[in-house]
Amino acid sequence: MSVLSSYRVIYLTFFLGLICAIFPLPIILNAFRPDWMILLLFYWVLALPHRVSIGHAFVLGLLLDLLLGSTLGMHALLFSVLAYLVSINYQRIRYFTLVQTTLLAGGFILLAKLVLYWIASSLQDIVLHSHYFWSIFTSMLIWPWFFLFLRFIRIRFKVA
Amino acid sequence: MIALSLILLLADSQFNLFASSRIYLNSLVSPLQYIADAPQKLFSTLADNLMTRDALKERNQQLEKDNLHLKADRLLLTQLQNENKQLRELLNSQRSFTNKRMITEVMSLRSDPFTHQLLINKGALDGVYLGQPVINEEGVVGQVSQVGSTTSRVLLIVDASHGIPVRVQRNDVTAIVHGSGAWNKLNVPFVQSNADLQEGDLLVTSGLGGRFPAGYPVATVSRFNYQEGALYAEVTATPVAKLDRSRYLLLLWNDHQYNESDLSLTPPESEDVSPE
Repeated sequence: MSVLSSYRVIYLTFFLGLICAIFPLPIILNAFRPDWMILLLFYWVLALPHRVSIGHAFVLGLLLDLLLGSTLGMHALLFSVLAYLVSINYQRIRYFTLVQTTLLAGGFILLAKLVLYWIASSLQDIVLHSHYFWSIFTSMLIWPWFFLFLRFIRIRFKVA
Repeated sequence: MIALSLILLLADSQFNLFASSRIYLNSLVSPLQYIADAPQKLFSTLADNLMTRDALKERNQQLEKDNLHLKADRLLLTQLQNENKQLRELLNSQRSFTNKRMITEVMSLRSDPFTHQLLINKGALDGVYLGQPVINEEGVVGQVSQVGSTTSRVLLIVDASHGIPVRVQRNDVTAIVHGSGAWNKLNVPFVQSNADLQEGDLLVTSGLGGRFPAGYPVATVSRFNYQEGALYAEVTATPVAKLDRSRYLLLLWNDHQYNESDLSLTPPESEDVSPE
């Protein structure tokens, strides 16, 4: 399949991911919202490191910064670092079982949250809520199904 | 890439380099925001349409009653306004009331978890400017912190970085209300422990900062507590506006924004004599 059409599928998932990341939810459920963008990036960098890499991660992070109204570069920096970590280790991670990748995804999201908190607290005075870290568990719960779903999409539309 | 994002971070937070380009950047992503908001909007319009005739009739009656009361109050209001104006002229002090305002709708999208912001569907094309006061029918909500061409962000008064000058309606004691980072709690720091402040006191904007017009309700004092010998009392307040569930907001145009900003540029000696 041509490069163009595989990018089309990838960008479509990114587009949906961005919408899911800002989709309105009741305040109680908001803390449980999985970190769709991190999961998406994790999958695509893992599956197609020659297609989606640090550059894409940077631009997506910038878009998310604009959408969320946070300081420009916060998510951009974070996503670039995560994409870098995955892209140098993708050959090893591919041999992990689903349980192991789930734990790894959880670890990545924990790292991401800590870094986000660290950046934000160095820029402004903020208050850390106890439910800030809950989304790690929902993300880990969702990851196996999300992974299988994205793999189905990748094979179905022959994205390579 | 990492260096680039670090530079971006610094440039945005420390030097505020993107203040002007942020309008374009924000407009760039606003289609996405409108798309994400669409299902919610569709749902609420559907819910509005699916009402029984009786309910509509009842609501109409209720609204007509409210309207009658409000109009009757307004009759008195013009009278009082004139009287107030005359008295103020006698006292040689002037105070302006803002007239222009605009209704805006909240796009209930998720924002940065560390800040309390709302996205509204009016932007620079509608004349929204940075620092513009935003209220709803109950009281002050916040101020505009980012402007796009068709959307803007409102920083709520409960955000940890937000402060607003207020006075107590009962006795004109001035104070500053800071956001606490929780949805329903505000801090009032630097209040003398012997200040005349009670639980239940209404805090209204004092207009001293020049951003918010004077007289709008902000919060009620929920706790006043002081320790023996401490210099300042511990005061917390609850915002009067229901910040997390308001759907329509009002943007206010401060008539004297330019005059006030001129004032703030003058050296501090002249600020002492600013009219109250």
